[in-house]
Amino acid sequence: MTFVLRIVVVLLTLAGAQHAGAADFAKLVNALPHGSYHERADVVREIGKTGNPRAVEVLQALANDDLKVMADGTVVIVDDKTGAAVGAVEGASLGTPSADSLTRVRVNNMVRRAIRTATGMLTLRSPDPAKRLAAARDALRSASPDQIEALDAAIGAETDAGVKALLTEARAAAVLKTDAATTEKVAAIRLLEARGDEAARAALSPLATAKDPEIARAVTSALASIAETQRMWRLAQNVWYGLSLGSVLMLAAVGLAITFGVMGVINMAHGELVMLGAYTTFVVQQVIRADAPWLFGWSLAIAAPLAFVVAGAVGIAIERGIVRHLYGRPLETLLATWGVSLILQQAVRTIFGPDNRDVGNPGWMSGAFPLGQMQVTWNRLWILIFAFAVFAALLFVLKRTPIGLQMRAVTQNRAMAANMGIRTGRVDALTFGLGSAIAGLAGVALSQIDNVSPNLGQNYIVDSFMVVVFGGAGNIWGTMAGGFALGIANKFLEPFTGAVLGKIVILVGIILFIQKRPRGLFAVKGRAVEA
Amino acid sequence: MAASRLIDRRMGIFLAGLFVLTVAVPVGNLWIAGQPVPTYLVALIGKYLCYALLAVALDLVWGYCGILSLGHGAFFALGGYAMGMYLMREIGARGVYANPVLPDFMVFIGWKHLPWYWLGFDHFWLAAIMVVAVPGALAFVFGWFAFRSRVTGVYLSIITQAMTYALMLAFFRNEMGFGGNNGLTDFKDILGFDLASHETKVGLMMLSAVALAAGLLLARWITTSRLGKVLVCLRDAESRTRFLGYRVEHYKLFIFTVSAMMAGVAGALYVPQVGIINPSEFSTANSIEIVIWVALGGRGTLVGAALGAILVAGAKTLLTGWFPELWLFALGALFVLVTIALPNGVLGALEGGIGRLRRGTPTREAEA
Repeated sequence: MTFVLRIVVVLLTLAGAQHAGAADFAKLVNALPHGSYHERADVVREIGKTGNPRAVEVLQALANDDLKVMADGTVVIVDDKTGAAVGAVEGASLGTPSADSLTRVRVNNMVRRAIRTATGMLTLRSPDPAKRLAAARDALRSASPDQIEALDAAIGAETDAGVKALLTEARAAAVLKTDAATTEKVAAIRLLEARGDEAARAALSPLATAKDPEIARAVTSALASIAETQRMWRLAQNVWYGLSLGSVLMLAAVGLAITFGVMGVINMAHGELVMLGAYTTFVVQQVIRADAPWLFGWSLAIAAPLAFVVAGAVGIAIERGIVRHLYGRPLETLLATWGVSLILQQAVRTIFGPDNRDVGNPGWMSGAFPLGQMQVTWNRLWILIFAFAVFAALLFVLKRTPIGLQMRAVTQNRAMAANMGIRTGRVDALTFGLGSAIAGLAGVALSQIDNVSPNLGQNYIVDSFMVVVFGGAGNIWGTMAGGFALGIANKFLEPFTGAVLGKIVILVGIILFIQKRPRGLFAVKGRAVEA
Repeated sequence: MAASRLIDRRMGIFLAGLFVLTVAVPVGNLWIAGQPVPTYLVALIGKYLCYALLAVALDLVWGYCGILSLGHGAFFALGGYAMGMYLMREIGARGVYANPVLPDFMVFIGWKHLPWYWLGFDHFWLAAIMVVAVPGALAFVFGWFAFRSRVTGVYLSIITQAMTYALMLAFFRNEMGFGGNNGLTDFKDILGFDLASHETKVGLMMLSAVALAAGLLLARWITTSRLGKVLVCLRDAESRTRFLGYRVEHYKLFIFTVSAMMAGVAGALYVPQVGIINPSEFSTANSIEIVIWVALGGRGTLVGAALGAILVAGAKTLLTGWFPELWLFALGALFVLVTIALPNGVLGALEGGIGRLRRGTPTREAEA
C-alpha cells in the first residue's frame, strides 16, 4: 500500500499539477505540529479534503514519523536514510539539516486512522483513472470498515464505469466486516459473487462460518459459484497457454511441412535455420544498440525480412549443394541434412560463443495485460498474431500465385508437372528456400521467448517433426491443426503430469496415433503417396 | 560348406585382424615390461568394439532391411542400464551411504524400499537376461505396431526418434528410479572382479571382441540364409515381396528385434568399461551418429559397419582431443560427403570401384 501510494505521489509531483487552494494547503500543513492529537486529526481530515497533489506525500510522511519541524518553524519531510529534507508544502529541497535541529511531529493511533482514510480518499480521487483503479483494488484487498465513508464519496464522484464497479465491490467487502443489517450484507455478498475472483473469495471466505444462517447460506453458495468461475478462467488460461505453445510449434513446423510435403525431403537442419533467424535478430539488435538506439522498437520489424533472406539463402544453398543430389533417397537426405545441422551449429558456436545471447524485447513486446482473471503477455499475443499472419501469407503464396501453383503441381505429380514444362529443379530450390525462410521468421519470434543459443534448433526439431507427422505431411492446414492440437494437449496434461511426463505422454500418443493413421491427420491422397 | 558361407574374404580378414588385436592387446598390456599398450587404451579399444557391435546391429536392419532406425541408441542404452543396475547392486554397502540394499542415489532422494523393477538385479544371470530381454521386448512391441500398420521410410525413422527422445526425457526424471541425470555410476566390481584392475579391463575388452565376432557371424548367418534373401528382397521392393506372399511385417519384426538385442548386448559390455551410464546415451544425436558409422563403412556389408564405427569413434577421440572446435565440423562434413560421394561406404568404394568404373554408374543399393 505504502509503495503504491509513494508511486502515486511521485507521479503526481512529476505531473506538476497544481490545484487551487494551495494557500489553504500551506496553512493546514503549517498547523499540523500544533495543538492536541484531536486537533491534529481534524487537520489531517481537512488536508485530505483539499485534494492537493502533495497531500498524500505529507500525510504519508506524518504516518511514518518523517514529518519534522526545523528550528525556524518550517515543516519538512526528512528522508530517514539520507537525512535530506524537502519542504512539506512546496517540495523544494532544503539540504540536509542536522538531526538535532529537527522536531518530530508526533502521531497516535487516532491520527494514523485519520491519515489512512484521508490518503485513501485522496488517491481515490486522483485524476488518472489507472491510479484510481489501483487505489480501488487496494481498498478491495484491505476491505477495512473505516474506508466506507471515503468509498461512498468516491463512488458518487466516479465517472469511469470500471472504476466505479470496483469501488462498489470494495465497499461491499468493507460492509461485510461491519455489523450492518443482514439484507445489506446479503446484497454485498451477491455483488462479490458476481465478481468471482480470488479477491472476492478472500473477502467472503471468513464469513462462511457466520452466525446468521442467511448470511452463511449466501456465502456458501457464493463461494461455490466463485470456485466455478475460477475453474472456467483457469480453463481459459490453459487454452491460452496451449494456443500460444501451438502457435510457436506451428511456426517452427510449417516450413518443415512445406519441404517435406513438396519434396518428401526431411530437413534435419530445419532447427538450425530457426536458430539462424534468432541470431539474425541478435545481430540486428547489436547493430541498433551500437549505432541507432532510437530504432530499437523497430528491431524486430527490421530483423524479420533479414532473417527471411538469410535463412532462405542458406536453404537454397543447402538444396543446390546437397539435397539436389539425393532426390529419391529420403533417408540419405535425412543424414546429409543432419550433417549440415551439425556444421551450422558449430559455426554459430564458433562465431557467437556457446552461451545464451541476449535478445531484448522492444517495449510493445514486453509486459502483460489482464483479461478477466487471466494474464496475457504481449509477446505471446504478438507471436500468435505473427504465426497466423505467416500462415495466411503462406496460404496465399501456395494458392494464389503462379509459383504456388507450380509447387502444388510438383507435389501432386512430379513427372507430369515436368512434362507440362515446369522446371521442377527450380521449383524444388524455391520451395526449399521458402520453407527455410519461414524457419528464419520462426527464429525471430522464438528469440523473444526462448534462449538464443546454438542449441535453440535442437530443442525444437523433435517437436516440429511431431507436428508435421501428426498433421500429415504436405498439408499446411494439417500442420496448423497439429500444432494447436499438440500445444493445447500439452498444456492440459501439464497440471496433472508435470511438464516432462506430459511431453512423454504426448510423444507416446503420437507414436500410437501414427499406427492408426500412418500418413497423419490430413493425409495427402493419390498415387504420389506410394511413390 | 557352412564355414565358407559364413566367412567370405572380407569377413575372414576382419576376424583375423580382430583375433590379432585380442591377443596382442592383452600381451602388450599385461606381460610385456614397460606396458607398450597402456590400460586406458585397452578400455578405449573395448569401447570401440562395443560401438562396432552396435553398428553391426544397425546394419542388420538398415543395410539388409531398409529400416533406418534412429532408436538404436535407445536399445544400446537400455542394455547398458540393465547391466548398470546389476553393477549398482553389486556395490552393496560400499556406497557413500553404506546402504546394503539401496543404491546411493535412492538413499539420496529419500527412498526407503527398492522399487519392484530393481528386484533380482543383484543376480548376474537376471541382469544378463534383461540385457537382451528389455531392448528385445521394446523392439518387439514397437515393431509389432509400426510394421503392422505399414509405417515405413522417413516416418518410421521419425517415430523411432520420438521413442528415443521420450525415453531420454523419462530417464532424466529422478522419479523413474534410474538415477536421474547422473545415471548409474561409481561401479566397484563385476562378478567379484575389480573393475579398476588391468586384468578386468583386458578381460572385458577380450569379451567385447568375442561378442563382436559372434555378432558378426550371427548377422552373417542370418543374412546369408533364406530369410536374409527375403529381407533384401523386401528392402528393394516391399510391395512386390508382399504380393509374392511373404508376410513382410513378420520378417521385419524378427530382424528388428534381433538387432535390438544385439544393441543391448553392446550396451551391456560398454557400461562396465566406461564406468557410467546416463540418459544422454538416449540423445537423438547419438542414435544418428550410429547411422553415420554404418554409412561410412558401407551399408549392408556388416564388416564395413564395424570398421566404420571404429574409424569414426577413433577419429572422434583424436579430434576432440586435438581440436575440440573442429569435431562437429568434421562429423557434419562426414555426413554430407558420405551420403553424396560414398553411397556404398568406404568398403563399397574399395571393393566395387573397378566394377563401378566398368558400368559407368554407381550401383544404387536399396532405397527405403
